[in-house]
Amino acid sequence: MENRIRGVFLMRARIAARSGVFALTAMLVASGALAQAPEGDIVGAEPVVQPQFDRRMVKENRIDTEDFEVGVFAGVMSVEDFGANSVFGARLAYHVTEDIFVEAAYGMTDTGLTSYERLGGAVTVLTDDEREYSYYNLSLGYNLLPGESFIGRGRAFSSDMYLIGGIGATEFAGDNRFTWNFGAGYRLLLNDWLALHADVRDHMFDIDVLGENKTAHNIEIHTGATVFF
Amino acid sequence: MDFVREKSGEAARGCARCVRAVCLMILSALLWGPAWGDEAPETVEVADPYIELHTGPGRGYPIFHVEARGARIMLLKRKTTWFKVRTDREIEGWVDRLQLERTLDPSGERMHVQEATAEDYARRRWEAGVMGGEFDGANEISVYGAYAMTRGLSAELSLSQVLGEFSESMLFGVDLLAQPFPDWRFSPFFALGTGVIDTNPRTVLVQAQDRNDRMSHVGIGLRTYLSRRFMLRMEYRSHVAFTSRDDNEEIDEWKIGFGVFF
Repeated sequence: MENRIRGVFLMRARIAARSGVFALTAMLVASGALAQAPEGDIVGAEPVVQPQFDRRMVKENRIDTEDFEVGVFAGVMSVEDFGANSVFGARLAYHVTEDIFVEAAYGMTDTGLTSYERLGGAVTVLTDDEREYSYYNLSLGYNLLPGESFIGRGRAFSSDMYLIGGIGATEFAGDNRFTWNFGAGYRLLLNDWLALHADVRDHMFDIDVLGENKTAHNIEIHTGATVFF
Repeated sequence: MDFVREKSGEAARGCARCVRAVCLMILSALLWGPAWGDEAPETVEVADPYIELHTGPGRGYPIFHVEARGARIMLLKRKTTWFKVRTDREIEGWVDRLQLERTLDPSGERMHVQEATAEDYARRRWEAGVMGGEFDGANEISVYGAYAMTRGLSAELSLSQVLGEFSESMLFGVDLLAQPFPDWRFSPFFALGTGVIDTNPRTVLVQAQDRNDRMSHVGIGLRTYLSRRFMLRMEYRSHVAFTSRDDNEEIDEWKIGFGVFF
């Protein structure tokens, strides 16, 4: 508004100057502009630019925070002595800092026959129910290599390589077993909120189903997708 | 009569118009409602000589653009301590909190970015966390939630899974925690509580039976603030299980873990 008034003022002033009666017209126009000016606008002796008293603070809670990540994954899991089978699961992560995140995951797979059972014919070590394998874990992750991945010549995506490890429980062979897990993963961010994952994880627990007590290493390889929210 | 009919017709038309207007209002409210909620994004002005825009929310992502002093940038979203911004020229990138704090908000003041601090930690109301440890020699995974009634006193619920060589147990506990020195960097706390333990023997033990026992415990622990909403917590508990056998069983428990507070 102010600018427009000033613009009108200047235009009229220019025309008036050309016709040689600048002083008089300017006075008239100025008084006219004063009369037209809306309440609160002061033209003349007072400063043209009024200080703004509108102290607007940035409301931070209006900014969307996306520290949680939720998603599903699928892959292959090799259970020591019991063969490799497809694994499915879900994960929820919270990013504490740009480096550190915590993750809760749940996965399940089926296991097959041991070689002892396959060669022995009728012998079975586990019932069908006991062959179902499910786990949950709570892990701490560290984004070791944040950077960009280049796909083709003109495309770059943000990505992370991370190390992850934690504790959890595995239900297998009729019991819940305390399980350590550690591994590494790769997160490719397609955009701000959608990411693809590829993970390798070793799940370790003690098991004595096959006669001796030993630590079983169960390697899982999976890919998945997550969304940030 | 005609006059009345005309009047009533007019009234009906008026009513229909009203209904239409209301419908239109509801429709527009539905259509534009979210837009009303979504006001223009917050805008700040760069006060440093320049501000760096990264391709991603982390220091490892390359800087691909700088905006000079006086430029206005819009704040779009936040991930951990990084803010996604859009410049006047529609360039989008990520700015660190520390740089963003050297910009000016619309009132000309330094932009203040809210961050959970040690002060918020001291004033926390809710706390939840995950811990791992040892319970009577067996591995334990535990989750807990707590509510602070005062700065020095809080009530807590916990659920633990204990996975041992011969049995697995679920443990449920209710606690009262006293924290006499809440201002200390490493602040000790004392716990007094009771609970139930449900024990299932492993499938390899044929003879053993499931047990359900009541327990009570005293504990001592330490909490310390880490960063943002995180704290580290470790504790020791001494349990007494009131078993159905002649003597009560004494059990030691150690655990360490992380908590978040709100």
